[in-house]
Amino acid sequence: MSDKLRLRFEKTGRAVYISHLDLMRTLQRSFNRAGLPLKYSEGFNPHPQIAIALPLSVGTGSLCEIMDFKLKAEETPDLAALPERLNAVLPEGIRVTEAYGFTRKVAELKWLHVEGFFEYDRRDTGEMAARLKDFYAGAPVVITKKTKRGLGETDIRPGIREIRFEPGDKQVDITTILSAQEPTINPELLVEALRQLRPELAPDFAKFTRIETYDAAMQVYR
Amino acid sequence: MDKRLERILPRVQKPARYTGGEYNQIIKNKDEVDLRLAFCFPDTYEIGMSNLGMSILYETMNSLPFVWCERVFAPWGDMYEEMKKAGIPLYALESGDPIGDFDSLAFSIGYEMAYTTVLDMLDMAGIPLRTADRPGLLPLIWAGGTAAVNAEPMAPFIDLFVVGEGEEADNQVLTLLHRAKLEGWSKHEFLVQAARIRGVYVPSLYDVSYNDDGTVAAVTPRDGAPERVTKAIVSDLDAAPFPTRPIVPSTEVVHDRVSLELFRGCPRGCRFCQAGHVYRPLRAKKPETLIRQGIEALENTGDEEVTLLSLSTSDYRQLPALCDGLLEYCEPRSIGLSLPSLRADNFSMEIMERIQKVRKSGLTFAVEGGSQRLRDAVNKNVTEEDVLHTCSIAFAGGWNTVKLYYMLGLPTETDEDILGIAEMANQILHCWRMNAKNKNRGVRITVSTSCFIPKPQSPFQWEAQIPLPEYLRRVNLLRASITAKNVTYNWHDAETSLIEAVLSKGDRRVADAIEEVWRQGGRLDAWTDYFSFERWMAAFAKCGLDVDFYAHREAGKDEVLPWDHIDVGVRKAHLWSEREKCYRSELSPDCRHQCAACGAARLLERGFTCDER
Repeated sequence: MSDKLRLRFEKTGRAVYISHLDLMRTLQRSFNRAGLPLKYSEGFNPHPQIAIALPLSVGTGSLCEIMDFKLKAEETPDLAALPERLNAVLPEGIRVTEAYGFTRKVAELKWLHVEGFFEYDRRDTGEMAARLKDFYAGAPVVITKKTKRGLGETDIRPGIREIRFEPGDKQVDITTILSAQEPTINPELLVEALRQLRPELAPDFAKFTRIETYDAAMQVYR
Repeated sequence: MDKRLERILPRVQKPARYTGGEYNQIIKNKDEVDLRLAFCFPDTYEIGMSNLGMSILYETMNSLPFVWCERVFAPWGDMYEEMKKAGIPLYALESGDPIGDFDSLAFSIGYEMAYTTVLDMLDMAGIPLRTADRPGLLPLIWAGGTAAVNAEPMAPFIDLFVVGEGEEADNQVLTLLHRAKLEGWSKHEFLVQAARIRGVYVPSLYDVSYNDDGTVAAVTPRDGAPERVTKAIVSDLDAAPFPTRPIVPSTEVVHDRVSLELFRGCPRGCRFCQAGHVYRPLRAKKPETLIRQGIEALENTGDEEVTLLSLSTSDYRQLPALCDGLLEYCEPRSIGLSLPSLRADNFSMEIMERIQKVRKSGLTFAVEGGSQRLRDAVNKNVTEEDVLHTCSIAFAGGWNTVKLYYMLGLPTETDEDILGIAEMANQILHCWRMNAKNKNRGVRITVSTSCFIPKPQSPFQWEAQIPLPEYLRRVNLLRASITAKNVTYNWHDAETSLIEAVLSKGDRRVADAIEEVWRQGGRLDAWTDYFSFERWMAAFAKCGLDVDFYAHREAGKDEVLPWDHIDVGVRKAHLWSEREKCYRSELSPDCRHQCAACGAARLLERGFTCDER
């Protein structure tokens, strides 16, 4: 039984403000519109068989979202034509790039390539980039964050595989590779760490986009 | 997207309601349209996007090639604060452009408590509140919706009202505005011409004079405006535009489903009910039209629920045929069909049994009055036998929750009537004991009361509302008489009802208080989170308005009511005779059994008749 299928899709522009739960409903309806209704689970409270790996924070974009799903139809449709069928009925900012049979467990997804920027309204971005580079050079970055057992101290640095800062006009561009799970390093923690430990480096605004998914061996994960 | 907005959005609750970009939104090239129109709903996105009227008129107005009609809703408090702080003016969802630069703002005003939000949206757009302070033709500020049946409290703020149904009238107004803009008319020239359109009410073309006792002496039209403005209606609903490609919200809204409107008007004639009178004559759509539009809308939205809307769904003659036709499509696709507002009769139960999708928990009855005498007096055709019979079938079929809705303070109500409410709850409890198959699950009976509000253009438009202390006395009487453990009693706070009564029955002078409340921070007053009774009372006092005069005074038969120059079809003499029948506890047959010649049928185009004649 391998009726489980996988989609890769982008979530950009205005769609980055759609929450995870709302996105599930939005996608479910899009499948209906495309004439490809999702399969429902059996049982007392049936729900559509759809799972999105690593829910995005509201406001963060992505070019590499992964969604597993099952279709109601007995026969698997032409997967090569699936992105086009769905894209014709998706809201602005959500675009399917690829559809294929289920490959690997989501647990094997280890690293995320993330790009973003820190905006500084009143500071020199060259200086900021240099100081950020220093701060994230390798020393432990221990922050207080909510865990299942209340507030806890965590060093997020081991979850940052690579990080680069490039000064721009009013912003510092960031390219980083972050641990996707165990531990999950949400890119917003990069800002949170500054707020807690170096408030003078904290940006006035930050925004991130996921670019690519990798496994533990840094091979592209699909 | 505006950079400032981008910074705010991650900080506010449910930001997706402020971004637009939903599936089926209408995007036009702004360089190719002559009129930019902001279609404003003075409440939150979640409420506005659930409103079928908005959806219909969005499609209708966008069908004009020279118009781009975009949606605007009122931001919730957190977003409001952030926008103010960042200096972001109110913007339209489709384009993100500030609506202060648009050619026109059209408000859909469904209820009086939205008035302060209308003012707030104008202010957030950077537009002066009062018509008199907007000398130019543009932006034209106009409004429609149920509140237009007594437009007076908002008259100083709104350039033009459309009374009645907007499908045809709105596009006539826009077509005229288009011409006026291209030809460079003055605002006055435009308004004088617009007042000739059926359904259009231009308050500034009417002078109101008052008697010494504060009542209206006369409302006098100027510049050729009609003595009475006759409501606009659509004669043929089957041919009327209907949105079969409605916008699919990307975030949860109140009613997230395809809605089908079975008919307009209501054959019942409950005397307290404004909707039952102002939406006449009764016009039904054909089941074939509804099934076709329903299927199209389901395919274009991907929604998994479809619901049937009307004032009294079980009065739709072809309901079984309609349900069968829809179920044929819905069942194999696991799409739910839901039927709100059914009546307590056998027929409704049969339908409910047929559509198993209806959740088996809730059974709701709008009983309104506690005794048969009172129900007869208000012409609410529900009998205790109907309710108990329906309950017995429902309990036997596994339902175990019953909600009963009543009004306190209806004309002629006595303490005996109020005790009758508790009595009916006990009867239902007894009925459950006799009929329930599985008593282990228990039963929950909820009694809710709200305070009666006399509404313009209804038979009770002359009535006084009971004062607050009297409402509370009646609530306490009922509370004390409800003793059964399985019966819960909820009462609606009457402070809002009092303000609503003043705004419903108000004249032009009430406008000052609405503006004052807004100046003191009032907005989103329909929400208990934001409503402040004290703020309203202080504003009435400051503006020298007597709340008792508006809410607690019975109007005389020959008194000029502030809304008399608005003609919704039903004759004033009919309303008065209905009111007199109330005091004789006399029922009126529903329109289906005998036409009451209420007068609404004359609004129809030649060749059409009221469905119930």
